[in-house]
Amino acid sequence: MNAIYGLYPDPDSAQRALNVLERAESELGFQDRDIAVLTGEPYEEYGFGQREHKTRMPWIAAAGGLVGGLCGWWFVSFTQKSYPLISGGMHLVTKWSDGIITYELTMLGAILTTLFTLLITARIPDWSGRKLYDPAISNGKILIGVTNPPEKARKEIGERLRAVGAEVVKEFGN
Amino acid sequence: MTEAAIAGAPLATELRPPLVDGAKTLGDVTNDIARPIEGRPTRLWFVALAVSSTMLLAGVAAITYEILFGIGTWGLNRTVGWAFDITNFVFWIGISHAGTLISAILRVSNATWRRPVTRCAEAITVFALSISAMFPLIHLGRPWLFFWLIPYPSERGIWPQFRSPLLWDFFAINTYLIGSTTFLLLPSFPDFALIRDRASGWRKKVYSIVSLGWRGTPKQWHRLEMAMRIMAVAIIPVAVSVHTIVSWDFAMAPVPGWHSTIFGPYFVAGAIFSGIAALIIAMALLRKLLHLEDYLKPLHFDYLGKLLLVMSLLWFYFVFAERLTTWYGNFPSEMSVFWSTQVGSFSPLFWIMVFCNFIIPAPILAIKNLRNKIGWTVVASIPIIIGMWLERFLIIVPSLSHKFLPYNFGSYRPSWVEITITVGTFAGMALLYLIFSRVFPIISIWELKLGTGKKAEAPALASQETATEQP
Repeated sequence: MNAIYGLYPDPDSAQRALNVLERAESELGFQDRDIAVLTGEPYEEYGFGQREHKTRMPWIAAAGGLVGGLCGWWFVSFTQKSYPLISGGMHLVTKWSDGIITYELTMLGAILTTLFTLLITARIPDWSGRKLYDPAISNGKILIGVTNPPEKARKEIGERLRAVGAEVVKEFGN
Repeated sequence: MTEAAIAGAPLATELRPPLVDGAKTLGDVTNDIARPIEGRPTRLWFVALAVSSTMLLAGVAAITYEILFGIGTWGLNRTVGWAFDITNFVFWIGISHAGTLISAILRVSNATWRRPVTRCAEAITVFALSISAMFPLIHLGRPWLFFWLIPYPSERGIWPQFRSPLLWDFFAINTYLIGSTTFLLLPSFPDFALIRDRASGWRKKVYSIVSLGWRGTPKQWHRLEMAMRIMAVAIIPVAVSVHTIVSWDFAMAPVPGWHSTIFGPYFVAGAIFSGIAALIIAMALLRKLLHLEDYLKPLHFDYLGKLLLVMSLLWFYFVFAERLTTWYGNFPSEMSVFWSTQVGSFSPLFWIMVFCNFIIPAPILAIKNLRNKIGWTVVASIPIIIGMWLERFLIIVPSLSHKFLPYNFGSYRPSWVEITITVGTFAGMALLYLIFSRVFPIISIWELKLGTGKKAEAPALASQETATEQP
């Protein structure tokens, strides 16, 4: 992984940089997926903060809840039948009391599914340290750049990033 | 309104109080909140650590003594089989409602003022739940056999009794604990990454691991925010169910004073009530210990004070409704419990509870000039903690000591072991919080920055070693 990127002090200049890169994709020989954006906070109101926004996470969480609930119901029914023990004059499999555990496992299913969906789709954990990053992001700077840029276009990309307000332009990796 | 008048009118942002006091840049915000993690602890912190550690050690010693010699070392007797231990269990479950539930409600309603408050609150939940979960275990008498409670296919072929409310607790508390821990950790990853970028040496390694390699791509931010929204919606009914299920530990039993349909909401209201009081006290202490005066402002205490006032009134309503229906029904067995708390041996505790939960805090919190002063909200909150502990005690012990057979009426006096364990739990809570404040950014830095809406003004940090500056 190698990259060339600019650090921007504010979201407006970062958005200009993104616009410049998007317009220059075919001219400079890179693709939209090569454009990298890294920020220290979410910028939902800017275009660069809305890249890769499509997700089915709520539906996946709901499905996880459904699976959790079904597992809970099966689990409680199965265990009560496996060792029949009548207590308190209740039926062996009671909808009222089993509903409580079914409910809790429904919610647990939804919570755990949400957690794992986040980890998988956000691609964390990743401790390799090989991905593009700059600690200045933690200080409020916004990184806009191109990963694996064509060798002949590096200089041009750097100049265009600087032209729209990059405080500094850097290269990353090998 | 004329154009000139409109032009002269203050902007909405000027009318709304700022989230952070002082002329601070985003860099200042980061420095202030990261300081407790990066700098040396203050002398006051060490004093608090020493006091809480000593008290916790005493509690651990008392638990060890109880495990060695059995729960006969407690003041329990033939009719009063639950007392301090289950009181503490219910009390700490209640305190846990301060955090995740309140944080989730404020997140769902998108209340901007919540930003400095949520992490303090969420931490309370995780610690209080952990403390409360300890009590059913030590109450077993032989806690090393606790795994018998876990539903697993044992060689005996017997599964736990799923029709028992005590097993419902197991599932409810564990779901809430997992959910609350996730709710606390998820928004912490970006802050851990921030600390990682500022740190060096072993601290950098540790925060590199716990930040999970967070980089801040739009995809990561979006997924994190989406996950937090889903979690916030999911955790609210879980929190309500947990304390409802805890109330069913009592309400499912045909014991005078317990067999009540109102117990679910009554417990939930009491839990939120004590939880907010605990949050106010914790925030006031953190504000002082960590010098967070510009972030945890009188405004936050004022808003929480309003919530506390609502809950105080609601609590009073529930207590009245609960007693009215008992009195009106006039069942002899119920009335013996009723009179024991109104004029009998438990009445001093009952009336102290009413003073602590309503008569002292309600007027303080109702008067704006008192409520918006931090000291006064703390003065209102401390008696609530005492009063709510007493409430849990008064739900449990009078009913057990006044069951159906008058010749079998009993009483209860706690032993030094139970008292020491109880004190130890408060010390444990303080100790966990002190350690937490040195490891976690106590305020969510990225959420706070998002709320302030300021642009970066601090100079850029040194870049990675692999990066080379272009000529």
